Amino acid sequence: MPYGPHTPADRERMLATIGVSGIDELFADIPAPLRASPLRLDPPEPEQTLARRLEGLADRNRTDLASFLGAGAYRHWSPAAVDQILLRGEWYTAYTPYQPEVSQGTLQSIYEYESLIAELVGLDVVSASHYDGAAATAEGALMTCRATRRERILVSRGIHPHYRAVVETYFAGAGLRVDEIPLVAAGPAAGTTDLEALSAMLADGTGPVAGVLVAQPSFYGLLEPMAEATAMAHRAGALSVAVVEPVSLAVLAPPGAYGADIAAGEGQPLGIPLQYGGPYLGILACTDALVRQIPGRLVGMTTDLDGQRAFVMTLQAREQHIRREKAASNICTNQALLALAASVWLATLGPHGLRDVAALGAVRAAELEAALGAIGAPRLHPGAYLNEFAVRVPNARAVHRALLDRGILAGLVLADAVPDEPSVADALLVCATEVTTSEEIAALAGVLGALIGGGGRVPAGAAR
Amino acid sequence: MTVAGSRLQPTLFERSRPGRGGGKIPHPPPDALDRIPAAQRREVPAGLPELNEPEVVRHYVNLSQLNYAIDTGFYPLGSCTMKWNPKLNEWAARLPGFTELHPMAPDAVAQGTLQLLWELEQILCEVSGMRAVTLQPAAGAHGELTGILMIRAYHEGRGDLGRTEVLVPDSAHGTNPATATMAGLRTVSLPAAPDGGVDLDAFRAALGPQTAAIMITNPSTLGMFESRIGELLDLVHGAGALAYMDGANLNAILGRFKPGEAGFDVMHINTHKTFSTPHGGGGPGAGPVGVGEKLLPFLPAPRVLREPDGSFRIEAVGERPSSIGRMRSFVGSTGVLVRAFAYLRTHGDSGLREVTDDAVLAANYLKARLAASGLYDIPFEGPCKHEFIASASSIKKRTGVRTLDIAKRLLDHGFHAPTIYFPLTVDEAMLIEPTETESIETLDAFADALITIAREAESDPDMVTSAPHTAPTKRLDEAGAARNPNLRWRAAATGSWTPCPD
Repeated sequence: MPYGPHTPADRERMLATIGVSGIDELFADIPAPLRASPLRLDPPEPEQTLARRLEGLADRNRTDLASFLGAGAYRHWSPAAVDQILLRGEWYTAYTPYQPEVSQGTLQSIYEYESLIAELVGLDVVSASHYDGAAATAEGALMTCRATRRERILVSRGIHPHYRAVVETYFAGAGLRVDEIPLVAAGPAAGTTDLEALSAMLADGTGPVAGVLVAQPSFYGLLEPMAEATAMAHRAGALSVAVVEPVSLAVLAPPGAYGADIAAGEGQPLGIPLQYGGPYLGILACTDALVRQIPGRLVGMTTDLDGQRAFVMTLQAREQHIRREKAASNICTNQALLALAASVWLATLGPHGLRDVAALGAVRAAELEAALGAIGAPRLHPGAYLNEFAVRVPNARAVHRALLDRGILAGLVLADAVPDEPSVADALLVCATEVTTSEEIAALAGVLGALIGGGGRVPAGAAR
Repeated sequence: MTVAGSRLQPTLFERSRPGRGGGKIPHPPPDALDRIPAAQRREVPAGLPELNEPEVVRHYVNLSQLNYAIDTGFYPLGSCTMKWNPKLNEWAARLPGFTELHPMAPDAVAQGTLQLLWELEQILCEVSGMRAVTLQPAAGAHGELTGILMIRAYHEGRGDLGRTEVLVPDSAHGTNPATATMAGLRTVSLPAAPDGGVDLDAFRAALGPQTAAIMITNPSTLGMFESRIGELLDLVHGAGALAYMDGANLNAILGRFKPGEAGFDVMHINTHKTFSTPHGGGGPGAGPVGVGEKLLPFLPAPRVLREPDGSFRIEAVGERPSSIGRMRSFVGSTGVLVRAFAYLRTHGDSGLREVTDDAVLAANYLKARLAASGLYDIPFEGPCKHEFIASASSIKKRTGVRTLDIAKRLLDHGFHAPTIYFPLTVDEAMLIEPTETESIETLDAFADALITIAREAESDPDMVTSAPHTAPTKRLDEAGAARNPNLRWRAAATGSWTPCPD
């Protein structure tokens, strides 16, 4: 065992103290018929060969591409300070702060995280973290049912398909109902949440609605009518859940400003590496009125017996280790280290840096829109966007593959990601951020223009 | 000293000075946002703190030194398996080929990660004795929900709609009953027999055609192997229900007991316990779930598949309609899983068995030393597995000193406290789990500290009840924190934010 401490003499001494003659005696309580067959695994691999094996696996991934892929996970510049802090063992090898007197670092960092996110979303209560944006969204949706004692929610089809799928899984388990709000089919609001449909669903008499979920920006990058949707939800006695992207909140109206009761979202853009999907950071926030409904840990400020200011986990009567089957959720382990990463990133960039990230992404995206429009790949939707949008590309799947062969990751093939949304067939979802370069944009436009130049014909051999 | 730092720190917000920091990101032109409709724009800037990099780094380094951690000392939290977090794993997870891969990247450019995930699934199948594994769940409790939802889908798929109850021993983690509720099922609590195991009579009485599943932690949270497990599994299956194993205590049985082989239908694995991925101050973890034949069709989507030509791919949307669906976005907490893979490879067949042997050896050694002292109650005799229960019940009766006080006094001795007051079924409980990576010198020093404190409880109880004395803070006003919650910093009314220079 590579990290074990015991010498043969240590083991002998320990066995003698216990009063057994061999280690097998300590396993005599496992009934003989149930004892394990031998482990059919490779023998231990030395660190030096394992390191080469891991490098080989990492090298099999292609990460040298000019990427325009976002779709819920975004590339951003992360100052080297962020990972340097994360590499301190006092952070990453600590447990949940159950002994607050020797965990003030973690506790204060979570309090600061709660405060930073509260500033971004404009809501006062922020949980210490959830698994990811999808799980946070599902938990936010469940909160609306507990708070209103109603059993039906309305979910915009503009929300990320993975998030909608997770909400569906959680709600099926709990025996609750999910209805999807369609998108506007045509006209200036095409692709955004259909407010007329929402209005009709809120009043259709098939069951009172607990919560209305809309994403800002939407999965298609569009800015949604959040204020209108929120007001409609409230008029029907429902709560409003805004599914947000945190970097955008530097420049877009925050959920608190348009009256949302709950905000949920993916914190990965706040300095967390893409790393093929996780670990990420589920953001969940709510108004003060809902504080007893929010699941997950909360850290609050208090004092110690000497009157010194200090921090502690609080309102734990919501949680599973106290309330068991009556808890607000079963969540225990969360994403504390990712909340720390987001906090260090936000602190290092500051308010102006964060605004620059969001605004520069918008600039690059406008450049991308112009370049793609010029070569015959216009936007699919007319509405306003921040830094991500869908473009109409004939034969999108084959074109995407041909671009990949040229070292360009041309966003997402929407027909693969949302096969049940025919309006986005033959379209790519592309994004730009502050790290996208003009050279990359020119390369995409050049190759894509050549591919679709002949009236949408993909050159033979490209669509393998 | 318990931790390196002695001084509490101001918050980021108190360190902030208007106009400080910046310069990390190129400045966009002033008209960058003109195309965003005014009604959609933020009117009041977010009140984030303004600091420069040196201040940020010092803030977080100083804060870190207020933390106790595996890297600084012994952390015997029962049921948490605070073992060494190998440094190689941190290096591996940071390889750019892993970190820069987008989760929606086409399979063709993700072959390295997909291969690692697929191989990890195979290793976990072998360790658990299960047929297949999903790596999607983000934590143990998330894995529990995944498992119970699959059990629900299994019964519903057979038209067996009356199974609404989950049997849970009263010593179980709170996540078990909370999970049952999330899955729309009712928890029936099972009392323990005097030896700490499940009371078979009570179990028989509770089991019936309304039972969907039993959730068992084995070894139990008392650190005892459930010796009647064979009978329990037979009874469960005979009643048409399924058996869920909470794998929180898998560190005690690697290579000794394979739950799938023994007859469990589903289990979760905590990579952040058994397979050394760091706890990060509360997370992240990962909670892979293994299933037997019956639950195979219901695994969450998407799965990682290997094609006949040896390449790997992710299941397409809707490819397997019997699936319970998605449990999270994307594929899983890959960065955590890289670390678990590295751990499993460095240990291999013999190393994993040694892990369990040494974890059980350490726990029994510590238990024997405390039992020999005659100062602490050891409610369950005989060999324990990777952890054991001690109790300060007698000490409290004699001196008034409680388990909480002893835990706080341990901090003064430079140790983290064990898990206390859990399980709920034992008076003044301490659940002690030393793990396999602690030396005999550390184990002896910890036992000596507990013994010293027990004697101090007799001679100078105030010293114990007023502990800790050397930590950065005294005990905290937790009641006050809950009565008047202060959950976020509020900037002074004067407003200290400076407008953007453009």
